[in-house]
Amino acid sequence: MKKMFVIIASLLVLLAAFGAVAATLTFGSPKMTTMDDYFLKNGQVQTGSNNECTAVVFDFRGFDTLGESTVLFCAVIGVALIFRKMQAGEEHEDE
Amino acid sequence: MSRIVRTAADFVYPFVLIFGLYIVAHGHLTPGGGFQGGAVIATGCALVIVAYSYAEVRTWLSGKVLMGQEVIGLLGFIGVALLAFAFGQVFFFNYLNASGSLFGTPVPYGINPGELNTAGVLPLMNFAVGIEVWGGLTLVILYMLSAFSADKEVS
Repeated sequence: MKKMFVIIASLLVLLAAFGAVAATLTFGSPKMTTMDDYFLKNGQVQTGSNNECTAVVFDFRGFDTLGESTVLFCAVIGVALIFRKMQAGEEHEDE
Repeated sequence: MSRIVRTAADFVYPFVLIFGLYIVAHGHLTPGGGFQGGAVIATGCALVIVAYSYAEVRTWLSGKVLMGQEVIGLLGFIGVALLAFAFGQVFFFNYLNASGSLFGTPVPYGINPGELNTAGVLPLMNFAVGIEVWGGLTLVILYMLSAFSADKEVS
């Protein structure tokens, strides 16, 4: 009974959140368009890239891509750390 | 895996590789880019690793090569961005765009057929990120498979 109540309450909250966003924002006409207009108008000439996504990702928002690459690098380092070859003196929980 | 799977992997692998390189090279013209193309190439590598066994792949593929590939990709990405200082510009400035040299053909505003020799440093960055993602994802697959193999031999 309690579990059912929690499920219904969270569904209602999700529905209210979705409804609020859907009611306040109309599709196709965003409220703040200064940045989008600038990118669409000048991105092609300033970066020389026909693909606007690449122009934003690699040029206007280059720092984000740098962070993304660093995150991938750190993830690989972490996997290498977890699956490394155990040394002789290290603790072995399962062996 | 069986002989059929190995033959099919041998046949499909070059096409997956070429498709991934195409996505990386045309990142500034078509949907895709360094991350997506690198992931496609890593998928081709995963296909080969699965078709041939892990132990056999380890004999002709070293983890050091893939790790070096990843480091070179990340350092190349940062280096291309840092090279803007040599041109008296800010970090991540597109100094090669419309310069007339490598990848320097100017692009007009609006609909145009799209040329490969455009977009300045964007293709270089796409290649760097593609190499990094290729090495990184393949290395993750290799490391995770090493846990399931008998000898934990990953250098």
